[in-house]
Amino acid sequence: MNKVMSNKWIIALYVLPALLLIGVLIFIPLILSGYYGLMEWNGIGEMEFIGLENYIAAIQDLKFWDSALHSALLAIFSTLSLVVYLAISMILASKIKGADLLRKIYLIPMLLSSVAIAQLWIKVFNPANGMLNRILMAIGFENPPAWLANPDIVLYAIFIPILWQYAGFYILIYYAALKNVPETIIEAARIDGASPLQIAYRIKLPLIKGVVKVTVVLAIVGSLKYFDLIYVMTGGGPNGASEVMASYMYKLAFSTNDFGYGSAIGFLLLIITLIVTVIVRKLTADKDEIQY
Amino acid sequence: MAGCNGDSEDSSANTEDEKTIDFMHLWPEGSSAEHNRIVNDIVKEYESENEGVNIELEILSNEQYKDKIKVLSTSDELPDVGMTWAAGYMEPYVEGDKYASLDDVVESEELKGQFVSGTTDAFSVDGTAYGLPLELNIATVFYNQAIFEEHGLEAPETNEEFQNVVQTLKENGVTPIALGNKDRWTGSLWYMYYADRIGGSDLLTSAINREESFENPALIQAAEEVQNLVDMNAFNDGHNGLSDQEVKSMFMNGQTAMYLIATWDLPNYTTNEEVPQEFRDSVGYFDFPTVDGKGEKSSYVGGPGVGLFVAENSEVKEEAKDFTKFFVQKWGEKSVTEAGVIPATKVDAESLDLPQMYVDVLDDLNNASNLTLFADVQMSPDTAEVHLNQIQALFGGEVTPEEFAKAHEEALSQEE
Repeated sequence: MNKVMSNKWIIALYVLPALLLIGVLIFIPLILSGYYGLMEWNGIGEMEFIGLENYIAAIQDLKFWDSALHSALLAIFSTLSLVVYLAISMILASKIKGADLLRKIYLIPMLLSSVAIAQLWIKVFNPANGMLNRILMAIGFENPPAWLANPDIVLYAIFIPILWQYAGFYILIYYAALKNVPETIIEAARIDGASPLQIAYRIKLPLIKGVVKVTVVLAIVGSLKYFDLIYVMTGGGPNGASEVMASYMYKLAFSTNDFGYGSAIGFLLLIITLIVTVIVRKLTADKDEIQY
Repeated sequence: MAGCNGDSEDSSANTEDEKTIDFMHLWPEGSSAEHNRIVNDIVKEYESENEGVNIELEILSNEQYKDKIKVLSTSDELPDVGMTWAAGYMEPYVEGDKYASLDDVVESEELKGQFVSGTTDAFSVDGTAYGLPLELNIATVFYNQAIFEEHGLEAPETNEEFQNVVQTLKENGVTPIALGNKDRWTGSLWYMYYADRIGGSDLLTSAINREESFENPALIQAAEEVQNLVDMNAFNDGHNGLSDQEVKSMFMNGQTAMYLIATWDLPNYTTNEEVPQEFRDSVGYFDFPTVDGKGEKSSYVGGPGVGLFVAENSEVKEEAKDFTKFFVQKWGEKSVTEAGVIPATKVDAESLDLPQMYVDVLDDLNNASNLTLFADVQMSPDTAEVHLNQIQALFGGEVTPEEFAKAHEEALSQEE
């Protein structure tokens, strides 16, 4: 058996199916979208090669940079909220009453489809009959904002359901990681007189550092390519106030029939995401990873 | 799994002389029950009259339909028969040779002279028809007569009277107008009507065709009038963040007094049994008011809704054309009596027992002095996007009327 496994041809043969799948499903479409980005094409008629024009236009396109800024804001908020998720999972992982029930509650948003979540929150945000404004009016606000219609607020309003949607996912990851921290180490620290906060900060956190790094990358990359709730809840509006890179790309390709330009934006989105990922990984690189 | 098996049985039953026509439409059973049922009836009728022809249906809702059609056309896999919108929307498809010419169908014995004049023009490019119009709509202001009576109001004839109505309702704590401007074309209707009244029935179209500047004072004033209404709080709060569907329910619940929408909504105020009779009885409509003595009330914003296309590369093109011919004929008969929508083919109102409001609208249509096609349909998709975004900005008070006009002018001149 060992002989078989050390045969390079056999290894190649085993890897091949996966490689083919990834190639066909991921890399070829990627290359194609980069290629379409070089075309003037409405998605229907003839393609015309125009070189880098779309890419240059995108770099000069203020709307694109606006949407990029909105995506970046989402990335920042998502990363910051990881701290909250981490704190919640620390509490859940320690033995408190009702932790079991709470864990399930946090997971509920993960069970709903994005469209259902969007519909739910559209109702919450409804300026006249929505739950949020009803509550605000009941406690004395006379003119609560029209959350999804006000261009100054809409972006932040829509972040709330997005962060809510992913809370369970991250809490679950952290929770699983924390459960892997050996009880003996914590026990030892407690005997040495460490407070719960000290245990959390000086022992648990360093031990799950690897997982935290992964979630930071996930949150940032996920935010940069985020699309669904925004598309359903505001369509990027009003007047582009909640447009993100992915929704802008979609709008160009599908609403304005600018397939070439949309593809170029999509390809830029890929490049930006790759660059950010590399930077984040470099920033969080750590040579002396703790082993236990 | 059972479903899969059923499908494969269907296709294996296709013998050599059997033909299958793929037909995609956008009236799902859930949201357009009547339309959906009529389509099914017509399809069944056609299949029973034409041995050996099967119609395969695929049904998607509006937005999904638009997306899927785009993807299918990119890979050259359009259904044999499908639905399309007019003018600017269909142009790329025609230029890309995706739609077959339907001149022979329009000129056929059965359909010649049957279409309401002008409706086929919107589905023609360079004099060739590429679509068969199915519906005809005009936008009017529907209003709740019960609310009007309660506050001693009458349907306004002039903008001044209209603003008085708004003011009175406002003072009595009633939201005057339901508007769901998240969809943006809803706000566009308001702008288009003001442009029509202030600048005359051709101005907006001329500006879009580049025979006229969009910075024409009348078009700027139209934007001002819109903002006047916004400043008066004439519309429900948060209109820019609410969809048309959401605010429709506000009007239907009697929470607002007026609602500007096209006549595709007629069934809700006439025949739809799911809407309480009391509400249906209380709804009336009035033509958009004149402004400072300018404009004609018989000039409407509207136009044909969806139409049918036949794919150019369809393998069963002749059969598909024959089916569309049959469909348009039957649709003309059934849509009136069974769904209460106005078809693009002529209706003989006198021979049918129709709700009064429906007859009135038909009258208006017959006497219309002008029909301005929806602006976002007239424009190319690129410019339409600018227009729709600017409409939202205008209603949100983010742009001045001058900036609004300038943005349009820039977008339109870029196309030349």
